[in-house]
Amino acid sequence: MNDHFAPQYAGPGGRSGGGRVQPLVRESRENLSFAVNREVFVSREIFEREQRAIFDRCWIYLGHASEVRNPGDYKTRSVAGRPVIFCRDRSGQVHGLINSCRHRGAIVCREREGNARGFYCMYHGWTYNTDGTLRGVPDEASYPPSFDKAAMGLAHVPRLESYKDFYFVSFDRNAVDLETYLAGAKAYIDLVVDQSPSGRMEIISGIQEYDIKANWKLLVENSVDDYHLVATHSTWLNYMRNSGVNMSPPKGSGLLLPTKGLGKDLGNGHLTTDNPNYRGRPVARWISVYGEDAKADIEAIRAELAARLGEARAARVADTNRNLAIFPNLVINDGSSVTVRHFTPVAPDLMHVTAWALGPVEETEAQRARRLHAFLTFYGPGGFATPDDVAALENAQQGYASWREVPWNDLSRGMAKNEHTNTDEEHLRVFWRRWSELMEAHA
Amino acid sequence: MNKPLDATVSRAEIEDFLFHEADLLDNWKLDDWLALLTDDAAYYVPPNDKPDADHRTTLFTIADDIVRLRERVIRLKDPNCHAEYPPSRTRRLIANVRIVGVDGDTIGVAANFAVYRYRRGEPVREFVGHYRHKLRRVGGVLKIAERRAILDAHELGPMGSVSFIL
Repeated sequence: MNDHFAPQYAGPGGRSGGGRVQPLVRESRENLSFAVNREVFVSREIFEREQRAIFDRCWIYLGHASEVRNPGDYKTRSVAGRPVIFCRDRSGQVHGLINSCRHRGAIVCREREGNARGFYCMYHGWTYNTDGTLRGVPDEASYPPSFDKAAMGLAHVPRLESYKDFYFVSFDRNAVDLETYLAGAKAYIDLVVDQSPSGRMEIISGIQEYDIKANWKLLVENSVDDYHLVATHSTWLNYMRNSGVNMSPPKGSGLLLPTKGLGKDLGNGHLTTDNPNYRGRPVARWISVYGEDAKADIEAIRAELAARLGEARAARVADTNRNLAIFPNLVINDGSSVTVRHFTPVAPDLMHVTAWALGPVEETEAQRARRLHAFLTFYGPGGFATPDDVAALENAQQGYASWREVPWNDLSRGMAKNEHTNTDEEHLRVFWRRWSELMEAHA
Repeated sequence: MNKPLDATVSRAEIEDFLFHEADLLDNWKLDDWLALLTDDAAYYVPPNDKPDADHRTTLFTIADDIVRLRERVIRLKDPNCHAEYPPSRTRRLIANVRIVGVDGDTIGVAANFAVYRYRRGEPVREFVGHYRHKLRRVGGVLKIAERRAILDAHELGPMGSVSFIL
């Protein structure tokens, strides 16, 4: 394949003599070649470096405002390896609290979710308010005068910011603000949020969780890689055809819509596919799977979009699918349904995936049911497509046991083209360039 | 509690039926399994923290109507169903079978299950939980009208894909 990438063993951790880091991502614009060393999927040392260089510095997804709608609502999450309480205090303020008692460190909230008046440490009985302030210390009189109760509240995550109800955490106090970080991804979040007449989307009840025995970066690639659709998802394509869905992409007008699927660089390592829709959308493109009954309802949703946003913007929202990857580990798939998918590296060869469905707060029960039905056809551990993605990633991970003998993944697809389509790999290269940049900057 | 609420059905008959169903699934006789279902059957795997939820308002792991269920079987038999190629080997233990209610021709059934799932190159994965089924007599023959498999695990992550019939 790439002769100038003649396999060469750089030593463990990508380091050769003298501790110099060998490039793990090799790009040659001259030769139109791009390759990623498979060591990045198997090395414990690279995994540890990623935690420091990427997860301790970037904005990491915490949750959606709708998940803590009422005062006292909380969810416990693991964010960049830290236990975090995502909560709304009694006065309505949203917080990201480190779930660790200031006394001896035990977690103070053991439930997955709920509504609380405060948090209680079961070890010595310290209690905290929902804004993190320390409320009660048993036998407080035994502490010396230097004990400052006001300074002993639960720690807050260093940075907590939101964009359109999506909350992110950064453990880097000096991180750029979230909106600057999100860069071009904001416009694609806007396309999701515009599906709600009031601009309010909500996480729907019910969580999907599944581990994949593969490196987390493979799911970034997989989420936006449309080249794999035909080979990996032929059974899903069959299901859609059997259900009477015309699976040939429609001819776009060329004015309002992309005429073909594209892969786009959104800055700061964020990327998206941007495809004309042919597989139906709850907002708002009817397909036969929805049933004849749904036709008028979908048309009404579409009419509301057009009245509110104008015809061009309505078409942009309703007639395109976009799989948006926000660096490093959040994917918002706005396709046959909207899924918010967050994945956490556990080990070089293991990630934990959490996925939710997102929908407009105004949806009727019938509309919500249609959205969830469409979601499950493709997505999730019991869907018709996701399990095959899991299989693909796990098969790749198994193959990487031979990384010393076969060191390079090829990602040169489409490099000689001026226009980057969704089945090319330019948008995957966007991720790898950013990954490589951060890893080198913080080696 | 264990005595039949209706003289037309006995626990022994329900057990025989569930054991037969388990045998068909363990042997991947999926077309024969489909024949056990009513024409309006549904199959649900709810999220483990909301076992009583409605699939119309809550995101499930699986919520198939009969149309999608038939498509699921087509998919499972296809070698391009990569998640189940080569197919999982499963062994189901069904226990604590109870008739929990009879409403007209519909019989509510509860049972515990342990499904051991083996895949090539993988350690065993244990899917433990309970079933809540609705069975119905159609032309005198027992059929499954609704099949709900509720997993016990707090953390579903380690189970990976639920790509076989649970």
